[in-house]
Amino acid sequence: MNPDAPSDSLIGIDIGSRSIELVELYPDGPSRRLKVPTTFDPLGQCRKLMDGVNGSRVIATGYGRKLFAENFRQVEVSTITEIQAYALGARFLHPEARTVLDIGGQDTKVISLSESGKVLKFEMNDRCAAGTGKFLEFMATALQVLLESFGDFALRSDRRIQISSMCTVFAESEATSLMARGERAENIAMGLHMAIVERTTAMLRRVGMTPPLVFAGGVAHNPCVVRLFEEKLGQFPIVPHDPDMVGALGAALYAGNGVFHRV
Amino acid sequence: MTHSYEDMWERLNLDLEAHAGLLEVLGKFYGNIYMSQQGRLRGMEYLDFVLSEVHGLRIKELQDAKARGGKIVGTFCVFVPEEIVLAAGGIQVGLCAGAEIGKGEAEKVLPRNTCALIKSFVGFKLARLCPYIESCDLIVGETTCDGKKKAYEIFSEHTPVYVMEIPQMKRPSDRELWKSEVLRFKTVVEEATGNTITAEGLREAIKLVNKRRRALQRLNRLRAADPAPISGRDALLINQISFYDDPARFTAKIEELCDELEARVGSGGSVAPEGTARLMLSGCPMAVPNWKLPYVVESSGAIIVGEESCIGARNTRDLVAENGADLDTMIDAIVDRYMMIDCACFTPNTERLDNIVSMARELKVKGVVHYGLSFCQPYAIEAYKVEKALRAASIPMLSIETDYGMEDVEQLKTRVEAFVEMIR
Repeated sequence: MNPDAPSDSLIGIDIGSRSIELVELYPDGPSRRLKVPTTFDPLGQCRKLMDGVNGSRVIATGYGRKLFAENFRQVEVSTITEIQAYALGARFLHPEARTVLDIGGQDTKVISLSESGKVLKFEMNDRCAAGTGKFLEFMATALQVLLESFGDFALRSDRRIQISSMCTVFAESEATSLMARGERAENIAMGLHMAIVERTTAMLRRVGMTPPLVFAGGVAHNPCVVRLFEEKLGQFPIVPHDPDMVGALGAALYAGNGVFHRV
Repeated sequence: MTHSYEDMWERLNLDLEAHAGLLEVLGKFYGNIYMSQQGRLRGMEYLDFVLSEVHGLRIKELQDAKARGGKIVGTFCVFVPEEIVLAAGGIQVGLCAGAEIGKGEAEKVLPRNTCALIKSFVGFKLARLCPYIESCDLIVGETTCDGKKKAYEIFSEHTPVYVMEIPQMKRPSDRELWKSEVLRFKTVVEEATGNTITAEGLREAIKLVNKRRRALQRLNRLRAADPAPISGRDALLINQISFYDDPARFTAKIEELCDELEARVGSGGSVAPEGTARLMLSGCPMAVPNWKLPYVVESSGAIIVGEESCIGARNTRDLVAENGADLDTMIDAIVDRYMMIDCACFTPNTERLDNIVSMARELKVKGVVHYGLSFCQPYAIEAYKVEKALRAASIPMLSIETDYGMEDVEQLKTRVEAFVEMIR
């Protein structure tokens, strides 16, 4: 606990499959944003994040929300789903948003919002991680490129080739046979990015893609995915400043029950 | 209980070791999902007992009946007219299965992308785990979907299956086809039982099955109360057990349970805390012990107040006319009643859409969860039209596609919770 900070902060924590984000909001001050990898010890990582916070009311979201609620009984914990959290966070940052796309480590969500920001409809990928951040991570490793620079790497392609398989395992073997045929790694990377965007666009169409679109989650850091969405949808997706913090922000906002206004 | 029935199971050629494992898992699963509930009706004790004896006492009853010359008819579909079987002195049991246990065996002979329900009954047979299948003198399949139709061909390599042809449209010529199928079935049942069906016998059978339907209709009317007086899980269990318990005893017990329920409704009693979202399930049947989705829904701030499903309202909504003076008129009444079934195997199937919307309105639900078994094409494709019809009535729908596996429970929870947040 930090004795100098005001104690009535609101905390949102988003425990995802790959990273954990925490946002602490103060009514009269700047917010704090923290992020750690999930690792194999998500609770230990949560403890680290919680060590520095002041508030006593926490909203947990993400796939580890229940785990968090069961283990942090010294604070008042409620849970909301990622759908609600991303909807709230995206809408706070971009009040004009009507569709929210979140591509995270292991799942993809598409949320359709009403004019007033209410969730109208949502879609999530099924149990397979095809088309999520995990897919990109796996493929970057296969092509021996750092995940952080995978998007830029793909943007250096000089030819568009179709990777037809969306299954991570089959896509890898497809990539391998393309490499064996002498295809440039950048072109293969581009094909893999196109496959993700193709699949996600189908989900977006199913919920009825009303612009403007806010693109959040870790994969929104990838410039190639953003570029391809722009091409495919004919509109530029709005990428928040910290796209992977949107869920934790939404959770913190939920804790405040609407008392925070856009800053 | 396991010891006293072992001889019987051995005589039925079950795989005793695997079967013991199945019962153990079932017991634990039931404990977690059912016995953990608060405020259950006293009348549910009967259902707990019947379920605990699912492979025990009920099988013994069937065996005793067989020893007296009775015949057991196993079915997989609400299209098979139980009235005919009962009129011939037979006992009908549902063989639909909701457990994943024989999946490995089933996948040796069936494509992996076959629905869980089909894999389950084939798996139960191949793995020698189902005493009901092994007790049957006649197993009746039907041509509702391509998966079942073709799976019966494989199933019949192990045990004979008599297949009824179910029409896929509802024109006069389809009714003719269906009537000829009912008559053909009557002959087959008469041959299997050695009994000729009389007008008197059929009249009694019609009344008996209608009585059970009326008891389940009464249950549905009572549970429609707001706040909900009984969990969806318990109501589903009652519907599931209606497929294999003795019809007269079951009906009497459910009427008793309904008396208790009526008193609870009268005093405003409820099993759901205030603010619990009322939901309805719609879609594929949930056979014992497939309680996964109801459990997920009812652990996510919602309660299920109705099932638009074969193990639910589709099986109990319509009665057979009881005023038939002779055998022919009664057969016609049976033909007409069964032609009203709004299964997704029909095209077009607009009745189902109307039935879903009116049921959702009557039950005052906040939303509908459409349940499709993976690879069940008829229901998966029809989900689009269901959603459209519900949207026109301003009722939100969540479409869930899953199977009997447990690995997607957390993902299902997220979806269902998000849906509940959305409609609240």
